[in-house]
Amino acid sequence: MKYFPHTQQDIEQMLSVAGLKSMDDLYGEIPQQLLFNREFDLPEAMSEVEIRKFFETLGKKNSQLVCFAGAGVEDHYSPSVIAPVISRGEFLTAYTPYQPEISQGTLQYIFEYQSMICELTGMDVTNASMYDGTTATAEAMMMCVAIAKKRNKVLVSATMNPRVRSVVETYAKYQGVIVETIAEKDGVTDLVDLESKLAGDDVAGVILAQPNYYGIVEDYTGVADMCHARKAMFVMNAKPSALAVLKSPAEWGADIACGDAQSLGIPMCYGGPYVGYLACNSANVRKLPGRIVGATTDVDGKRAFVLTLQAREQHIRREKANSNICSNQSLMALYVTMYMSVMGEQGLKDACSLSYSGAHYLADALVATGKCVMAFDKPFFNEFAVKTTVPAQKILDTLASEGILGGVRIADDMLLVCVTEQRTKEDIDKFVETVKNI
Amino acid sequence: MIRNYDKLIFELSKEGRVGYSLPKNELKDRYCICNLPDNLKRESKPCLPQVTEFDVVRHYTNLSNKNFGVDTGFYPLGSCTMKYNPRLNEEIAALPAFATLHPEVPVEAAQGALEVYYNLAASLAEISGLSAFTLNPYAGAHGELTGLMIMRSYHLQRGDTKRTKVIVPDSAHGTNPASAAVCGLEIVEVKSTANGTVDVEDLKPLLDDTIAGIMMTNPNTLGIFETEIPEIARLVHECGGLLYYDGANLNAVLGKCRPGDMGFDIMHINLHKTFSTPHGGGGPGDGPVGVRAGLEHLLPNPQVKKNADGRYYIENDALSAGNVSNFLGNFGVLLRAYTYILTLGCENVKMVGPLAVLNANYVKESLKDVYYLPIEGVCKHEFVFDGLADKSTGVTTLDIAKRLLDYGYHAPTIYFPLLFHQSIMIEPTETESKETLDEFIAVMRLVAKEALENPDIVKNAPYNTPVRRLDETTAARFPKTTYKQLKG
Amino acid sequence: MSKIIEGLYYAESHEYVRVEGEYGYVGITDYAQHELGNVVYVDMPDVDDDVTAGEDFGAVESVKAASDLISPVSGTVVEVNEALNDNPELVNSDPYENWIIKVQLSDAAEVENLMDADAYKAMINE
Repeated sequence: MKYFPHTQQDIEQMLSVAGLKSMDDLYGEIPQQLLFNREFDLPEAMSEVEIRKFFETLGKKNSQLVCFAGAGVEDHYSPSVIAPVISRGEFLTAYTPYQPEISQGTLQYIFEYQSMICELTGMDVTNASMYDGTTATAEAMMMCVAIAKKRNKVLVSATMNPRVRSVVETYAKYQGVIVETIAEKDGVTDLVDLESKLAGDDVAGVILAQPNYYGIVEDYTGVADMCHARKAMFVMNAKPSALAVLKSPAEWGADIACGDAQSLGIPMCYGGPYVGYLACNSANVRKLPGRIVGATTDVDGKRAFVLTLQAREQHIRREKANSNICSNQSLMALYVTMYMSVMGEQGLKDACSLSYSGAHYLADALVATGKCVMAFDKPFFNEFAVKTTVPAQKILDTLASEGILGGVRIADDMLLVCVTEQRTKEDIDKFVETVKNI
Repeated sequence: MIRNYDKLIFELSKEGRVGYSLPKNELKDRYCICNLPDNLKRESKPCLPQVTEFDVVRHYTNLSNKNFGVDTGFYPLGSCTMKYNPRLNEEIAALPAFATLHPEVPVEAAQGALEVYYNLAASLAEISGLSAFTLNPYAGAHGELTGLMIMRSYHLQRGDTKRTKVIVPDSAHGTNPASAAVCGLEIVEVKSTANGTVDVEDLKPLLDDTIAGIMMTNPNTLGIFETEIPEIARLVHECGGLLYYDGANLNAVLGKCRPGDMGFDIMHINLHKTFSTPHGGGGPGDGPVGVRAGLEHLLPNPQVKKNADGRYYIENDALSAGNVSNFLGNFGVLLRAYTYILTLGCENVKMVGPLAVLNANYVKESLKDVYYLPIEGVCKHEFVFDGLADKSTGVTTLDIAKRLLDYGYHAPTIYFPLLFHQSIMIEPTETESKETLDEFIAVMRLVAKEALENPDIVKNAPYNTPVRRLDETTAARFPKTTYKQLKG
Repeated sequence: MSKIIEGLYYAESHEYVRVEGEYGYVGITDYAQHELGNVVYVDMPDVDDDVTAGEDFGAVESVKAASDLISPVSGTVVEVNEALNDNPELVNSDPYENWIIKVQLSDAAEVENLMDADAYKAMINE
């Protein structure tokens, strides 16, 4: 077996040093009835040649479709330089940087990641990353409750991605936190409903999305004041790739920004690994969960980076820690750090511009087919909802037969369609042509 | 390697440089992003670096040279199972047939991916002796939280609302009590006996109708197998509680005994420990959770199922403990773990635990005359020294750890478990050869010798690393966590 | 040798309280700061929060440890030592001068359950 270096002679010598006679002696103290004594019902060992073949065959059972689906996961351009660098063994096979003297590579890229996330969101501090956008938002909910101390209710807009909402609700359920929904009006958060739900002075946090589930860029003017007047935290779940163009969470007056950074070039990979981000103001840094990297110097005065504020974390605080999170998504944080470095502000803006133009072109063309009408009359970014005059499923099925993933069905007569910089005008025209012919 | 490279990517930035190329926007004139209402647009300018593609490649390659990984050298890090991360796993995970798959594709277009998920879950169930697995949780701690949610849901759905406490051994990983707290459970600590195992006599009086269950790892964090486990399982089940198995130490028994057969009801596995997926400098990992028969419906949504004609589909169970992730976990990590299991095959899975345990005992026995071994006897995959045998020169565990860095080794886990003051926890894993272990043993002996003959050299180590010991106090008192804060 | 001041009341968990009229000044002892090492952060309650004898009201953090602060007395927090926010190291330099919270005592007799200087000295010398 290529992963086991032991020769028979090694085994005998090592057993002898350990004062044991046989391999069975290594488990001599274990009660007999606990020892596994049959063959595993698993396939026999496969060679590399066979494994390649095996996955090639499996891969053919997936269909490669031209992607117009979004709903939180988008098909973005990923620069060629990222994959080879992040797969360097020094990054890929490193452990958490608990020994900073030999982990400066990891620590520095996390510092750079934190710097860039703070630039995009406008917030003061962020951690070394979270599992994904759904759990980052759940952790934001926990931060609100911890900061508010005596309140245990949060409000989530009806325009939040339902996947995010369901994870927030799951975490909340077990902590006795009440999650109430802020009503939706014409595709956006009903601010009148928000104000009335805040009136009880019992809300710890308000969680809103930007752009929202329907791709609409919501106008949150006055929301920060409304929340702060009632001593509630304002949490914004924002798509980071859009923040080169859209008003940042800090500019809206948010106290916490969170979300999924998959849109910063990470392959879709059937749902993960991605990376969540969670950022806040300096005042609340002690309530921020997870690892944080800070700058310092070594004994020779050389600049260096280190995990800091560790006394907040589970390995020290145990049940009193502000979260149980241990792992971050370090390698994916490197992924998006390299992406943001390659793209720069201008690259992000250009990608936004292409996505925006493509989405608006497609929206107009779809309406012109007579098979769809815009579901909402609101400004949108690169994703939009349409009401369909034929069953939405029929549209998706027809598009799929042409090799197109036409979007996400969110009601029997409603489709959510997303365009990124990866979609060409030809892709879009084929989409429209196919729908027209239904 | 350019170890003195010390630039931040921001410090390479020069106005006007670009590192990307994108298609021309043919539709810009008709559909310009400038048409977005002004009050929705950003006012401030995000300060991202302006660098070339080559700058990015060289910068991060240079940073990688300041890092240590399993590919670089031996990583005797206790409780972390730093085994070899096969490259084949990486190749498979990068296959476009999987990497380009959107989670919202219809299940008919994702049969291959769903088959991977389904078969990996079934393999883990067979290996661990449980009935069914979810692969949705993203990491070990996330798996613990998921498992505890299942435990609570089990009691609540039976109308048993009093069970709000969970028992955790004092030797447990910090994530155990933290996960219990996040799940809304109160923690009750059970003491260890002198040899580090759960004290059954201390456990008995804790068991009543407020106990939801117990969290254990077996072998425990000292690398000692809890031989009383059948009795503990009987006692906990008798009081109506469930047993949770923290899979952090599963490598010790992989192929030799199964948590399900020990009496555990729920467990998590760290794919990034036991199943060879890379740690990635702290993630992504994946933390599958398994349950015994009768608890399957409580696994988180979405769930992957297979129908009678062999087609896979996705289902949401109304009685599920809830949703804990965006979709089906870190799917790319699942591909790696499945590749590893297929490479091992049924015959080699059986050898993982035994060879890991052989390596640990070999190192332990070769060093116990110079390092203090508080608990004698055959260990499992890891063991703990309590500092040097001769502590007269004041050299601490931290000093030893730092000196090892000079000799090209990653340090063992230090100051954990908390049961000893100078814990040094060593886990060699099964993928290290006798020669590597012999060299490590020689270096450990050399450091022990230095500690007596020239203690200052050890106390001030390391010297040969890209940076030396850091001022962590200032870092924590005056946190500078971004480039903007660093510039002041 | 850790500094111990006469006239203060001490808890087994190494907090002290200095009583002045209806108020008590609560901090950690010199022994405690020494054991903890360089203090990097003091997690304090808010003014008007209630504290209860025997229950925690915050924590003191060093680089790699954290210690819960257990209140030796019950009452209402009327002041927190804001200086510790910017200069947590004051707890190391003089823990008795740099109290953490000022409490309006709800039960002045509670201090009788605490140790005096001699008893505390005996305890830490054990």
